[in-house]
Amino acid sequence: MHFSDFIIVFTASCIAITCALLGCFLVLRKMAMMGDAISHSVLPGIAIAYLLSNSRDSWVMLLGATAFGILTTLLIEQVHQRMRVQEDASIGLVFTAFFSIGVIIISAYAENIDLDQECVLYGEMVHLPLQSLYWGKQAIGPMAMYNAVVMLLLVLTAIVLAFRRLQVCTFDPGFAVSLGISVSVWHYLLMSLVSFTTVVSFEAVGAILVVAFLVVPSSAAFLLTQRLSHMLVLAALIALFSAVGGYYLAYWLDASIAGCMTCVAGLFFLVAFLSQRLLNKTIPLTKENTGTKAIGIN
Amino acid sequence: METIVRFFSLQDPNVRYVVLGMLLLSVSTAVIGTFSLLRKKALAGDAVSHAVLPGVCLSFLISGQKEIWSLMAGAFVSGLLSLWCVQYISKHSKLKEDASIGIVLSVFFGLGVVLLTFIQHQGNASQSGLDAFLFGKAAVLMPSDVWVMSIVAVVMLFMVYAFYKEFTLFSFDPGFAQSIGLPVQRLEYILTALMVMSIVMGIQTVGVVLMSAMLITPAAIARFWTNQLFRMLILSVVFSMIASVAGAYISFLAPNMPTGPWIVVVLSGMALLSFLVAPQRGIVWKWWQARILKRKTAEENVLKAMYQLGEKENSFQETYTLEDIFSRRAYATVYTSRILQRLHHQGYVIWEQGEAQLTAEGIRKGSLITRRHRLWETYLTQVVNIAPDHVHDDAESMEHLITEELEKKLLEQLKDPSLDPHQSEIPPIN
Repeated sequence: MHFSDFIIVFTASCIAITCALLGCFLVLRKMAMMGDAISHSVLPGIAIAYLLSNSRDSWVMLLGATAFGILTTLLIEQVHQRMRVQEDASIGLVFTAFFSIGVIIISAYAENIDLDQECVLYGEMVHLPLQSLYWGKQAIGPMAMYNAVVMLLLVLTAIVLAFRRLQVCTFDPGFAVSLGISVSVWHYLLMSLVSFTTVVSFEAVGAILVVAFLVVPSSAAFLLTQRLSHMLVLAALIALFSAVGGYYLAYWLDASIAGCMTCVAGLFFLVAFLSQRLLNKTIPLTKENTGTKAIGIN
Repeated sequence: METIVRFFSLQDPNVRYVVLGMLLLSVSTAVIGTFSLLRKKALAGDAVSHAVLPGVCLSFLISGQKEIWSLMAGAFVSGLLSLWCVQYISKHSKLKEDASIGIVLSVFFGLGVVLLTFIQHQGNASQSGLDAFLFGKAAVLMPSDVWVMSIVAVVMLFMVYAFYKEFTLFSFDPGFAQSIGLPVQRLEYILTALMVMSIVMGIQTVGVVLMSAMLITPAAIARFWTNQLFRMLILSVVFSMIASVAGAYISFLAPNMPTGPWIVVVLSGMALLSFLVAPQRGIVWKWWQARILKRKTAEENVLKAMYQLGEKENSFQETYTLEDIFSRRAYATVYTSRILQRLHHQGYVIWEQGEAQLTAEGIRKGSLITRRHRLWETYLTQVVNIAPDHVHDDAESMEHLITEELEKKLLEQLKDPSLDPHQSEIPPIN
């Protein structure tokens, strides 16, 4: 395995695990489509920050795009609660508006921006090792890898430190309020993490595949277990295996790396779904059997 | 000016096709979007528009050429399949619909990207531009595209016309629809097929992401303006058409501006405007209503205060200064003089040189408010059995809301009482 291959797999695994961990909370809160919305509506943030700072990997861009992600969350909630637009419609309303503004900005400054909607949607993982981070004048490895590691550590720390609080806020917000936990603070913290993660990941894996990593491994894990801690670990493992397996599949098929990773994650989901279906089918059957036996004895 | 004439006279064949195509697209997406919004399936369209990609690629792999009909057929099949998956997953597992939409959307799209890159790396020359199917090309619509769009729009309108009653019932109350024997499953298939059809057609024009906006936004805006399905359908079609023409016009003026995103931005602008001014629900509307009610309440309170001052002295012909009125109403503020001015214009009060006197009309109105206040207090103590010292605050707000009808009913039920629970006289109707 070449060093650049290792970098791609390592970075993708970090991104996949981060997304899967956050995705668990999104799926449990029935906010899976929030990830989809945020990953599209950071586009104007990315475009504006790119215009201002004239480079793709700067902290300005990260912050700008993250701000747009949080703004999206806020707006969706406002439209839903104040305007009483039903929730799915308000998600669709807000993110398409932001996305089109982003596309318009990009086409207006087309000669200044090396960015297009296809790159936002697909991502291009092969280019990952190309942009290096410099320590003084010494190149110390690709920027995206460091970003992904920092992000993973950040999310891990947040989840480990605030596990109980996140758990209570997720499963029983009413109870959390009665304990004196500010549900909205944790909500926005989670949403900021999702926005930040989306922005860091988008260049590597593309918006749709961020959604895949957010939703698919965590849903598969959700079907397999009843405990939040188990779900988080399982989701992270599924994400890791999808990233590694997807890379080899892509190598074999000579196709998009990110796309293959999604397909492998989809396979994992399929397995989890089918095994859950089989279990559900067998359990009522045995119950029925014992039921008839009981009648027979009587 | 010249460009406006050139655009709207539709001389330019390119403009003609774009405008015509977008108008037709608006009709079908707005109509089907309204039904999917009402069925709370707004985001299902998002899943479909991403999920067509593998179908497009597969049909290209099989046929080996970019023939529009076969690509559309592939897209249609994989769109239908994706919706079936969404339903199947949320029906047969503990996952909610949002998660299953997310899963189907991303996995189908991922599969599509794999197929697309696979095709690209194979080096088939005719594959170039296959992904244009996903990102839209509104500016270069061909006559053949317009034909396809008009067929879809006609089919859509015909189906909605033919099954209007069934669709309505099914969208609002599927349980009831089933219980009266409608073929719910078949209706669901028809609506789904219509939705996938309009999405497949629309994607090529406005692109994947913006397709969702064409489905959701017009319906959401129309929902804001009306509570009636038929009007909602008409309104969403109209909004969508206006936005389409505006988008086409903008990209006509500035050729490097994309049509699709501008249509969506115009639509979003309309949504924002509706949130502000729409009757019943808009922010400005609500604020205006609250202001009117607040004014009316303040005016009636001043009249009531003056009436009650007169009651104490057994004469309603007295003149009062602001201080007199303040003595009666603890909440009275600097605005009282402005309120008195308004009452003067309305003919309830004569307000001159800092002194106010009730007119005959003002006495009538003052006694009306006082009567309603005391009637409500009596009702609360006698019928609802609330202690007399707890009824005042409630009556303070009810006195402004009680209608003539309700007042009559109260009088009837309380058998024309003469005294309220605090032993004040209830002024008779005169």
